[in-house]
Amino acid sequence: MSMLQQPVPVSWFLLLSAALFVLGIAGFLLKRNLITMFMSIELMLNGVNLSFVAFAHEWHQVKGQIFVFFVMVVAAAEAAVGLAIIIAVFRARATLAVDRIDLMKL
Amino acid sequence: MSTGEAEGSFHNEPERLGTMQLILFLIFAAICLAGAINMLLQSHPINSALSLIVVMTSLAVLYLLLGAEFLAAAQVIVYAGAIMVLFTFVVMLLNAGREERTLGSRAARTVGFPAIAALLAVLATVIIKTQNLGAAALSDNLSSQPGATNLDLLGKELFTNLLLPFEVTSVLILIAVLGAVALARRGGGEEK
Repeated sequence: MSMLQQPVPVSWFLLLSAALFVLGIAGFLLKRNLITMFMSIELMLNGVNLSFVAFAHEWHQVKGQIFVFFVMVVAAAEAAVGLAIIIAVFRARATLAVDRIDLMKL
Repeated sequence: MSTGEAEGSFHNEPERLGTMQLILFLIFAAICLAGAINMLLQSHPINSALSLIVVMTSLAVLYLLLGAEFLAAAQVIVYAGAIMVLFTFVVMLLNAGREERTLGSRAARTVGFPAIAALLAVLATVIIKTQNLGAAALSDNLSSQPGATNLDLLGKELFTNLLLPFEVTSVLILIAVLGAVALARRGGGEEK
């Protein structure tokens, strides 16, 4: 069972991860809603995670998977704080459209 | 797949597993890309959040194909579970409506989109031109010694060599929780 042959090239995983990352950037540029822009950042993080796992598999290093673990932890913390900030911004402005949130001072 | 079937055709079993993995990869990569594109196209945040959940769940299957069982489980529990539940909760709490489409700034249109298209092209050419990349095999082990799973390796590394970073992340999460509560509290700014 251990000697399985070469089914999926690792470069396909890397291509998928590059596509996800670029789609995340495009979403960050295109979307005008604060929450969806934040989701685009999560999409970028996921794309990077996929390439970490692919490289961990390619070079037989467990460190790549550990990187993904820490990225997940930081992403969870970032999501909690970021969404709290979004709630605070919504309380102050009553809108989520980034075009209308263009001043630091109220 | 049943074991009897696998024993019956022993010599072509790796080949069949290989095609199974190829098909799984193609299906879930397509679902992943479709979800990501759908996330961009949808104008309602709740639809975007649900498409992002689809992306994350199919990424968990891809992690399984790459032999990262723990990360596949963590992806489903942490990302598709916790983080996206937080997102959908906030979308519903704020009653976020349909976003109004503007064409973005002129800088984003003239510089941003050609730049990200160029970025994708560069990444793709670099990846394709790299010749010495291997291929992914299901249940491929990271460790050389027999009997040790990837989870064993991950836990051993995390709790011996990387114990300090691991503990620091718990402090980070504690600070994030406190910060989130302080930020989201009603009138939190003035009362300090």
